[in-house]
Amino acid sequence: MKALSVNDLSKQYRNGVQALKSVNFQVNQGDFFALLGPNGAGKTTAIGIITSLVNKTSGSVQVFNSDIDHQLSLAKSYLGVVPQEVNLNLFDKCINTLVNQAGFYGIPRPEAKKRAEDYLKQMDIWEKRNSNARDLSGGMKRRLMVARALVNKPKLLLLDEPTAGVDIETRRMMWSFLRELNNQGTTIILTTHYLEEAEQLCDHVAIIDEGEIIENDSMLNVLGKLKKEVFILNLENSLDVAPKIPGYETSLRSPREIEVSVTQSQGVNDIFTELKKIDIKIISMRNKTSRLEELFIELTNNQKEEQQR
Amino acid sequence: MNAQMISMVALIRKETTRVLRIWVQTLIPPGITMSLYFIIFGTLIGRRIGEMDGYPYMEYIAPGLIMMSVITNSYGNVVGSFFNAKIQRHIEELLVSPMSEASIVIGYLAGGVIRGLFVAAVVSFIALFFTDLNVKHPLLTIIVVIMTAGVFSLAGLLNAIFAKKFDDIAVIPSFVLAPLTYLGGVFYTVSLLPDFWQTISRLNPILYMVNSMRYSVLGVSDIEIRDGLFMIFIFFILLLFTSIFLLKRGIGIRD
Repeated sequence: MKALSVNDLSKQYRNGVQALKSVNFQVNQGDFFALLGPNGAGKTTAIGIITSLVNKTSGSVQVFNSDIDHQLSLAKSYLGVVPQEVNLNLFDKCINTLVNQAGFYGIPRPEAKKRAEDYLKQMDIWEKRNSNARDLSGGMKRRLMVARALVNKPKLLLLDEPTAGVDIETRRMMWSFLRELNNQGTTIILTTHYLEEAEQLCDHVAIIDEGEIIENDSMLNVLGKLKKEVFILNLENSLDVAPKIPGYETSLRSPREIEVSVTQSQGVNDIFTELKKIDIKIISMRNKTSRLEELFIELTNNQKEEQQR
Repeated sequence: MNAQMISMVALIRKETTRVLRIWVQTLIPPGITMSLYFIIFGTLIGRRIGEMDGYPYMEYIAPGLIMMSVITNSYGNVVGSFFNAKIQRHIEELLVSPMSEASIVIGYLAGGVIRGLFVAAVVSFIALFFTDLNVKHPLLTIIVVIMTAGVFSLAGLLNAIFAKKFDDIAVIPSFVLAPLTYLGGVFYTVSLLPDFWQTISRLNPILYMVNSMRYSVLGVSDIEIRDGLFMIFIFFILLLFTSIFLLKRGIGIRD
């Protein structure tokens, strides 16, 4: 079953900006779906239309087969949303934020209070339940927004850069929470600028640029399209110049680090063999950037070049 | 209770809590302002004016002053609350939920009416220190207060829907609401005015509300009570459906 179906979706703002140009994508129930793109690509507009915060110009959107033009209330009842910007009532107590939100979804007050307690505890901000939202740190505000989005137990959770500006500990905590939530059956759509985050969490990815979908496939297939990866090798001993490895591009990053570019058809075994021959010992190896990040840059650059042509 | 009713009650509870939480801003200022009106216009100047429509001046202006507080406070409550929700963007909490637009409008309307009723109670209590308030038609008084608070709550909501900056929510109360209220017969009977200005005054909707209240409390009025109630009802229905229509279209709240 499709959790979300977006068909020929277009949006032109009053100032003439065409934010979405006939966008199509589907998200299957149970997917962890990444919607990626550079700033201004149209991600937030798409999420805004799905959640009815933005009026579309044309096209259609169905959430679990409920069309937002004809069954908006039903469609909205399936959704939970964590927006990019903090949109909390800063003068409300955290507990009231959740209890009220549950109320807006038609959940009776006793159940709303129970759920509010559950999710504040899960997000590790139960101690702050009687604090005003304005007194929370940035990370806590984000966690409160995630708790608020979950209070109606949504079947489809939309997260618009949920970890922007939060510390590593909070981010990791949120990753593990979201993974667990997805394992329990909640479909999740994530937009993020941390491509490592998307690569680790998501099983499907769509890349949007200048209002158009330029890639839409499973994460495995998308990463398989990566033409070149750059690895950093940490060496035991210092070098003055980068070693030459036949068929590979190498450069010295620092006396004890070399960068090696590996194309899709090459393996990494030859690198080790060649380096061993010239007595260079490798201590560790890592990707220079996340693979998805490299692909993202490759795709968005291609798009720009095509437009310039 | 069905889901829509629960969501509406949740919003009403939220808005009522807000009024009570910030009682220093919502309930005390009208009490102080109206005490000053009673002291200055009622006690000091009123003594020299004598009677109006057969009532001591203090008693004559009391219903109008109560109504003036109800109008400004119910309007101010909704325009402030809704506009803040827009600016802080927590209006999105409502917009992403399955709540109907009618439930949202009724939720905010109820908040404004509740503040109007609280303020009416506070000002009436203060009035008792200055004059006797022997209410002629108690039920009618309550209906007029609730309906008028409703009309101005909805007017405040419309103002907030269209407002884009803080100036926009200050302009209407200062340049429209205040002059109409002062010219709406709070301090005088329009029968004192020349014919031309009497006719002009009858175009002012607040005249009907103030006089409906005066009729309910004192039994005297510049207009037929039937006309007053009709005007209040018409304005209420008109503003209610306009608000729902605008929210349904997303005007002022959606990109």
